[in-house]
Amino acid sequence: MEDMIFYDRLQFAFTITFHYIFPQLTMGLSLMIVYFKYRYLRNKIEKYNDAAKFFMKIFAINFTMGVVTGIPLEFQFGTNWAKFSELTGGIIGQTLAMEGMFSFFLESSFLALFIFGEKLMGQKLHLLTGFLVFLGSWASGWFILATNAWMQHPVGYEILDNGKFVLQNFSALFSNPWLLPAFLHNQLASVVTSSFVVASIGAFYILRNKQTEYGQLFLKTGVIFGLVSSILVAFPTGDWNAKNVAKYQPAAFAAMEGIFETEEAGAEIILIGQPNMVEKKLDNKIAVPNILSFLTHQEWDRQIPGMDQFKQEELPDNIPALYYSYHIMVGLGTIFIGLMLLATFLLWRKKLYTSTSILWAIMFIVPFPYIANLTGWYTAELGRQPYLVYGLLRTTEGVSPSVSSGNTLFTLLGFVALYMLLGLLFLVLVGKTINEGPKHQTH
Amino acid sequence: METFWFIAISIVLVIFFILDGYDFGAGIIHLFFAKTEKDKEVITKSAGLFWDSNEVWLVAAGGMLFMAFPTFYASVFSGFYLPLIIVLWLIIFRAIGLELRGQFKFQMWKDIWDKSFGLSSLLLALFFGIALGNIVRGVNLGGVENGESAYEGHYFFLPLWDSSFSPLSKTPGIIDWFTIIIGLIAVVTLAIHGANWIILKTNSSINSYLKNIIFKLNISLAVLTIISLAVWNSVNPNSFNNFGHKPYLLIFPCIYLAGLIGLFFIKKLKKDIHAFTLSTLLIVGGITSSLASLFPVVLPSVNTIHEPLTIYNTSASEYGLTVAMNWAFIGFILLVVYAIVQKRLMAGKIDHMDYGH
Repeated sequence: MEDMIFYDRLQFAFTITFHYIFPQLTMGLSLMIVYFKYRYLRNKIEKYNDAAKFFMKIFAINFTMGVVTGIPLEFQFGTNWAKFSELTGGIIGQTLAMEGMFSFFLESSFLALFIFGEKLMGQKLHLLTGFLVFLGSWASGWFILATNAWMQHPVGYEILDNGKFVLQNFSALFSNPWLLPAFLHNQLASVVTSSFVVASIGAFYILRNKQTEYGQLFLKTGVIFGLVSSILVAFPTGDWNAKNVAKYQPAAFAAMEGIFETEEAGAEIILIGQPNMVEKKLDNKIAVPNILSFLTHQEWDRQIPGMDQFKQEELPDNIPALYYSYHIMVGLGTIFIGLMLLATFLLWRKKLYTSTSILWAIMFIVPFPYIANLTGWYTAELGRQPYLVYGLLRTTEGVSPSVSSGNTLFTLLGFVALYMLLGLLFLVLVGKTINEGPKHQTH
Repeated sequence: METFWFIAISIVLVIFFILDGYDFGAGIIHLFFAKTEKDKEVITKSAGLFWDSNEVWLVAAGGMLFMAFPTFYASVFSGFYLPLIIVLWLIIFRAIGLELRGQFKFQMWKDIWDKSFGLSSLLLALFFGIALGNIVRGVNLGGVENGESAYEGHYFFLPLWDSSFSPLSKTPGIIDWFTIIIGLIAVVTLAIHGANWIILKTNSSINSYLKNIIFKLNISLAVLTIISLAVWNSVNPNSFNNFGHKPYLLIFPCIYLAGLIGLFFIKKLKKDIHAFTLSTLLIVGGITSSLASLFPVVLPSVNTIHEPLTIYNTSASEYGLTVAMNWAFIGFILLVVYAIVQKRLMAGKIDHMDYGH
């Protein structure tokens, strides 16, 4: 049983991690593509249209990868988490089915039209199809996060005698207080990823001294989108989410922030430190007193419950992983804001295109927004442990009772091998597209 | 309400098999009959331009099934664990085969992805047929017998095959001689459908040759159908009761029969769309007849202790099904509109279209 849950969790974590590389780019990139296309309609400068089409190519590769790695997730609810599906399907099935029906359809139908249909339908309609792709991808995020929000903070349900969750109030699923902040935070984080990718490709063209006209356009657009989004990710949306965790999942909050013992006179904020689970304290700690109380409750001396206030079985089962995920996300977010502020300053002083070291930094920072997004996702998911449905259904109660751990291990290994191949092919394809550049496809 | 959802999901599934069916079929034809590079290219294109907008119907069907019949979803998905995961891998191989083929010009690269696309299409068609075979045959749904419980509740786990390879064994596996027959029917049906699609959408040089192929495939389909009907009743003795009680259900087998007979006249048909319509009838008739023979059962039980899974004992709450009906109605209209708009804009032969984004 222990084995089985471990492999099931590992398999889901692995497949969703790999999957989430792709939608986090497409959601943000669709917004930027609409921006490029809109600018082209306004000023009729050809390079904006080229930019829109170029990034739609990158979008399409990512979208395909997102589709093929997303279908397994829907299946895995049934294959690996059958008990969970049976008990909660009547509720989260609603949001997942809506995702498939409303957003996924919108996105994939109009993506094909955007790619193949420019000559058929004229520029305004082409912008409209681009906008519908954007709408579809954001709606997708909305429904997925509505599903996740229900697992984090269940609402509108009733539990029957046989343990089944039954839907009581449909609209509660979408007015869940967890949903809006999580959605905004997540979408803005995906804009961060896409703007860093756009800026990075721009920096690459400038440094290589090829396609520099496009390079400058990409870099400028990427930096401006990047600055705005990375600030908004931290404040107000990140702050809002943290307050929600403190309110609805106090045990997770204590573990995230690394508070082992409750301090009566206000909690300090941990900047650096390693959780020591044996002695129940942080090693090598650097902290600022009272800031956490202020950030959470706007009162310097407000008490925040530490992990000592909760029963062992209520605490997340992997506290170091949760703590590190959260701190990596926050740390990277701070670095992003710093770098983008600097880049914007240089852009304003008209020095950005020649500041080689900053260009190198922007070019090579690309993996980090991905890491920040993934650690953010881990923070939410590890924080929800040991529950699948917070406070109500334990993770151990959700696995498929009839599937053995050997089968799960076999399929896990299969997914790992297959996804390695996919990842390699993805890099080759994106590399090829970037190397050909936007000019290539205008003729 | 349960019946409404049963019908709604069946419709979405049938649409999925009509739409994705032709690109599975194109893959099978591609594997066996495409000779020249030009043919291979247009056939891949005839599937590659459409597969992702077709596959969304599978996602929609999965989502609706999860929402409306969670107990069925949970039992079947964990029960058919291995084949379903293999199906997932095949879907991935097929998709990347289609998307990658045109990316590089050298021959070995194309050959690899051609095979990947063709083989995975073939195996997927076979597996979907085998899945249908399993559902009409039924599985050992557990329960307590002689003080020993086989499985917990209605959860089960099917091995890929059982040593006797027989559908009549007490614990049949996924693959036995009956489900293989159904699997082959699916392969042949989709191959016919795919060939019709290629004829309809391309100016491939093998199009006239394909009509001969369809004729031959249709003969083997007729033979397979007769064999399957002959053994069907021994595999699941209740199979034809529904048709006796409600004769109007016979319309579904008649649809299948109409397609089968019509396709013998493939060479005389004036328009390519007519042949495509006939193979569509095969798919519609085949799936709906199987489902109608079971209704309201969705998964028969081969043991005597556990009752079969029906739409009633696996469904979500009345309230959930009712609200979902409202949004699904809007959703369904939207889906159909998107599909029509998209297919309209990409109407006609596709040879000239630029593919390989």
